[in-house]
Amino acid sequence: MTEYAEKRAVISGAGQSDVGRRLHRDPLDLTLDACVAAIDDAGLTTADIDGIATYPGPMDTPPGFSGSGVVDVQDALRLNLNWYTGGLDLPGQLGSVIDACLAVACDLATHVLCFRSVYEGSAQGEGGRAAVMPGGGGRGSFRAGSFMQWVLPFAAPSAATWIAMFAQRHFHEFGTTEEQLAQIALNARRNAGLNPKAIYRDPMTMDDYLAARMISTPLRLYDCDVPCDGGTAVIVSRADTVADLRKPPIQVEAVGTAIHGRPSWDQFDDLTTMACRDAGAQLWTRTDLKPSDVQLAEMYDGFSFITMAWLEAMGFCGRGESGPFVEGGQRIALDGELPLNTNGGQLSAGRLHGYGFLHEACVQLWGEAGDRQVPGGPEVGVAAAGGGPLAGVLLLTQRR
Amino acid sequence: MSDHEVPFRILPRVIDLNRHFWTGGEDGELRFLRCQDDGTYVHPPSPRCPNCLGKNVSPEDVSGRATVVTYSINHQQWMPGPEVPYVVAIVEIVEQEGVRLTTNIVNCDVHAVRIGMPVRVVFEEHADGDERVWIPLFEPMKTDGEQ
Repeated sequence: MTEYAEKRAVISGAGQSDVGRRLHRDPLDLTLDACVAAIDDAGLTTADIDGIATYPGPMDTPPGFSGSGVVDVQDALRLNLNWYTGGLDLPGQLGSVIDACLAVACDLATHVLCFRSVYEGSAQGEGGRAAVMPGGGGRGSFRAGSFMQWVLPFAAPSAATWIAMFAQRHFHEFGTTEEQLAQIALNARRNAGLNPKAIYRDPMTMDDYLAARMISTPLRLYDCDVPCDGGTAVIVSRADTVADLRKPPIQVEAVGTAIHGRPSWDQFDDLTTMACRDAGAQLWTRTDLKPSDVQLAEMYDGFSFITMAWLEAMGFCGRGESGPFVEGGQRIALDGELPLNTNGGQLSAGRLHGYGFLHEACVQLWGEAGDRQVPGGPEVGVAAAGGGPLAGVLLLTQRR
Repeated sequence: MSDHEVPFRILPRVIDLNRHFWTGGEDGELRFLRCQDDGTYVHPPSPRCPNCLGKNVSPEDVSGRATVVTYSINHQQWMPGPEVPYVVAIVEIVEQEGVRLTTNIVNCDVHAVRIGMPVRVVFEEHADGDERVWIPLFEPMKTDGEQ
């Protein structure tokens, strides 16, 4: 098989700040906590870091969406950079990490600090979701342009409603049920109970799930992730630097970045799946491993249905079969055949926006996950992020 | 929408490229850009036909008939706007597969909406400063006897 470039990249360290519903701390403070922790975890110093990659780069709106940009972190840590990138037009949040893999693979950088931080919890304040909606809640001179003009005039400002329509179509075509969808949220909550940093840790039953208020059919409250404050960072290093690192790094085995349909929430060809369909299929063309080799999956759950779409996209089950696949929840539990979202995901551990999944995959593959550690020393994991037209995925290995 | 007050809506920023869409309702017409060379409807509007890449695109009326591709009954009050619950739907115009609009289904019970339901456009007029825009919403097609 072709020696794809991403195989020359490893993840050498990971770090995370405090995570909370509303920490009311400076977002750069959270970002730097994560970055310094990741650099230390790799056994490196700031003098070794010569690259930065981040998502989405500096943004003032929506409030709390971007905790820091490249410039903030470079200057705060006084880094000398050979390569950097930060932006929104990427294959999902982890597209920035995939960029870093390519940068080290072609010798533009040696150790790239990748980060994502949010303070959406604090930014909401007491105003709830309405406080951070596009258009600032609507009144005034704001007029919707670009894609938002096709949804905001119809009182559909939230991805909750957009994803709900994908879920509804999936229910219609494949007979997927609310109780099946619930398993994504119930599994996340069960795992969050074992994660001391998770935001929602109290046990949740099917009755609790079904009794929660409807947001946008068929999505209920617990199908929606929880805005939070926190920062996450990983270090992507060139594979031949292993002797300089504190611990055996995690190998990047393959990545997926494709989108072959229209890049849109409502014009995509198949409304039962998303860009993840193409990113997932592409990934499996770049490795000899198979879906059956994967021992844990950390896959985006901004809304529960997105994880269902990723399960199908990654070939863990067939098209339209995610409902029966998660039925009952045993298969995706920590001791099941495909442990899923082992830290509680964004649904229960907090919306760290994509990077949380990669962090958790690394922690699990290093065997550092404490009470929620997947048993048996897992060696192959998936970290996937993005919903709708956004999708980026990494296949990771830790050979012992 | 004549029997009650028009709800608040965030309005689109009208520019040359989208004006035909947001003002067609003045004439009761749903309009899309259409390639005059190969007949492709182009939405969202773009200066070129995505099929032949030609620049010969101009607005044309369509029938206003469409089919519900998917929908959601929205219960969350995200912002000032229509009273909850209301239906957000993606509809596909009958003229061309894959040309879709996100919209609201109105003039029917929210629980009556189904995937595959035939619908037709109705317009909600909004003043925007000195200009006006017409938001295209959809309602169920009446049975033959009622048309």
